[in-house]
Amino acid sequence: MTEDLETFRAETRAWLEANCPPEMRQPVRSDKDINWGGRNPVFQPGQKEWMDAMAGRGWTVPDWPQAYGGGGLSPAQTKILREEMRKLGCRNPLNSFGISMLGPALLKYGTEEQKREHLPRIARGEIRWCQGYSEPNAGSDLAGLATSAEDKGDHFLVNGQKVWTSYADKADWIFCLVRTDKSTKQGGISFLLFDMETPGVSTRPILLISGYSPFCETFFDDVKVPKGNLLGELNKGWDVAKYLLGHEREMISGMGNEGGNKSLHAIARDKVGLTEDGKLADPLLRAQMALFEVRTRAFGAMSERFMDELKAGRAHPAQPSMMKYYGTELNKTRNELMMAAGGSDLLEWESDASNGGAAARAWLRTKANSIEGGTSEIQLNIIAKRILQLPGA
Amino acid sequence: MPLFLDDEQTMLRDTARDYVSEQMPVAHMRKLRDDANPDGFSREHWKSFAEMGFTGILIPESHGGLGLGQVEAGVVLEEIGRNLAPSPFLTTAVAAVEALKGSAQAERWFPGILAGETVAALALDEKAKHDGKVAMEAKRSGNGFVLSGAKQFVTHGHVADLMLVAAQLEGEATLFAVPADTAGVTATPERLTDASLASRVTFEDVRLDGDAAIGGDAYARMLDAARIGASAEMLGVGGGAMDMTMGYLKDRKQFGVAIGSFQALQHRAAHLYSELEVARAAVLKAQQDIDTGRAENPAMLAAVAKAMTGLATTLSVQEAIQMHGGIGMTDEHDIGFYMKRARVLAEMFGDTNFHADAVAKMAGF
Ligand SMILES: Cc1cc2nc3c(=O)[nH]c(=O)nc-3n(C[C@H](O)[C@H](O)[C@H](O)COP(=O)(O)OP(=O)(O)OC[C@H]3O[C@@H](n4cnc5c(N)ncnc54)[C@H](O)[C@@H]3O)c2cc1C
Repeated sequence: MTEDLETFRAETRAWLEANCPPEMRQPVRSDKDINWGGRNPVFQPGQKEWMDAMAGRGWTVPDWPQAYGGGGLSPAQTKILREEMRKLGCRNPLNSFGISMLGPALLKYGTEEQKREHLPRIARGEIRWCQGYSEPNAGSDLAGLATSAEDKGDHFLVNGQKVWTSYADKADWIFCLVRTDKSTKQGGISFLLFDMETPGVSTRPILLISGYSPFCETFFDDVKVPKGNLLGELNKGWDVAKYLLGHEREMISGMGNEGGNKSLHAIARDKVGLTEDGKLADPLLRAQMALFEVRTRAFGAMSERFMDELKAGRAHPAQPSMMKYYGTELNKTRNELMMAAGGSDLLEWESDASNGGAAARAWLRTKANSIEGGTSEIQLNIIAKRILQLPGA
Repeated sequence: MPLFLDDEQTMLRDTARDYVSEQMPVAHMRKLRDDANPDGFSREHWKSFAEMGFTGILIPESHGGLGLGQVEAGVVLEEIGRNLAPSPFLTTAVAAVEALKGSAQAERWFPGILAGETVAALALDEKAKHDGKVAMEAKRSGNGFVLSGAKQFVTHGHVADLMLVAAQLEGEATLFAVPADTAGVTATPERLTDASLASRVTFEDVRLDGDAAIGGDAYARMLDAARIGASAEMLGVGGGAMDMTMGYLKDRKQFGVAIGSFQALQHRAAHLYSELEVARAAVLKAQQDIDTGRAENPAMLAAVAKAMTGLATTLSVQEAIQMHGGIGMTDEHDIGFYMKRARVLAEMFGDTNFHADAVAKMAGF
């Protein structure tokens, strides 16, 4: 077994070395460096080759079954692949809500037909998905959503509005929570998949404090969705939604996990300077950074432990909430420290020197980490009730 | 190897948990304190630890031990911490064994440790704060050495059979194995905040054989093991305090409801849970990577573990007293003992700030 894994590791490394283009071994510097795939993608040099090479082996989704475009790798092999990619500095070949959120839900709740239709296209990066959960009056209280889907025999007629739909204007399909029964709250929600080009779907961007606007309001006006696009059972969409949220939280929690904090250290050394004995010249900043470094490294171990427990089926089902909470708070701290270290150099908003204000924009963007995918307060509620079993208020 | 306990480690934990929680619950420590027990721990339980194989966890099989690793030692330490059980396990079965392993001294001391008869103490610090520096000097004399100087915060120093003493030898911090009854060694015990006993130890022209020096590498290895071990014990203290607090949140009623239903407390409890889980991962990672030989930098792993458990456990005991309200301030309630023990363990072998500073240095800033 271990010998097989060693062989797998050697072969994997050799393949990555031969197939990962040099451009794809550079650190991600801005949003442009992230590939989201889709019907109308804009690729940077090397991006498409890298995605296609990985998809060819099923390695954009290494642990999915081969029948659906995956790599069919065991948990141990998947871990090795990730480790080898990290060692070589390979970028993620494809970022996608299809992979991190919808895919797992399709694997669990989809019909064979739905799996064959959607999963391979997700794996190859052909279809870009967005998430239609939140509504203007259903944020933390998501189950209070009002967007309705009426049964019209062979199709549902969808009407209503979503908000905060990340990349809705660039997405090809949406996975969407709709109300199919008004008489109960959680028990009247269904989970629909549909094409964003369906007549009646429109989007309007929302500008964020970071100056970016990857978020949209999404409107549905008499949108006809075929019945076959229902994922899971009618009125049982809340189960699917919660399952998917677990995966979303798991994905977001990865953020706190950049052990080493290399760019933070480099910026601090560069901008703040060092004393004669090689310590940062601002002792209080250094102290804050040191404690942060301890937490990041410890959280790195926590992430490893969490993934191992998850794969072995022994993680508490509410543990993703803890990972999401801790990881996002850490990520916010990292960006606060980065701004504190960078001083006025990082305040330039558009200059070339600041790479278009990348650090400041990233700092502002991270403020959403503890809001999106369920706020930190909601995660703490979940931990308190489901893990610590404190009495319901 | 996945980062959680395997079946055998879980079984060992259950055995340790059953024994320590039944035989050495907090009441045991309270009684030792109230009786002003001069040893500061129970020899009878130390024997039982030996009978259960605990004292030989880290001793190689070739010497009659179990030949297990830091993970297994940590499993026992955590239960010791959870019950605030006074025991020479950390200094003797973990730190001393790690130091002596592979040295000419192993043959001499391992049998007593295996039998639950020998107690070892670590004479490392010379002032109130552990700063990793050693001023005390050892001089060569004939085939052996002469030690002079003073140490403090030497837990179990007054009952020790063996002292591991850090001293400078020709410019390198080196560890010496010193039989506690050697002429010139005097240990004066003082009771600490947590009712444990630690000594101020003086060394006056202490003459040692040539094989007493067990080297600089052994010193570094021992420090890593001691720090990670103290982290595991501290994790037990933090976890024990948290368990007690969660129980209280569910039982105590005010305004007609359990106080645990108040969100202000729920959120703090959930945050505390997160900190302790992260600390637990850091400790297990350090233990496992050292046991499997994967650790590129054991000192970094140890520093992260000690600093992180310091943060998490300090939070745990502080929240524990606050959430217990007035009763938490009484000597009659056990929760206060957790705060005292956590403070002592936090200082032992370097506090959170010391280790965070070390992490920063190793990370290059
Ligand atoms: C950048 C960004 C991207 C997003 N992407 C998507 C997306 O792609 N798809 C999608 O569907 N949604 C998306 N969201 C929406 C996100 O999931 C919601 O914003 C989030 O769930 C919070 O809802 P809300 O904004 O309505 O805040 P509210 O629910 O109004 O909360 C306001 C404040 O009250 C607190 N609060 C609320 N209820 C409680 C409670 N019971 N106990 C304690 N505190 C409470 C909250 O924690 C928060 O601090 C995104 C949001 C952001 C900011």
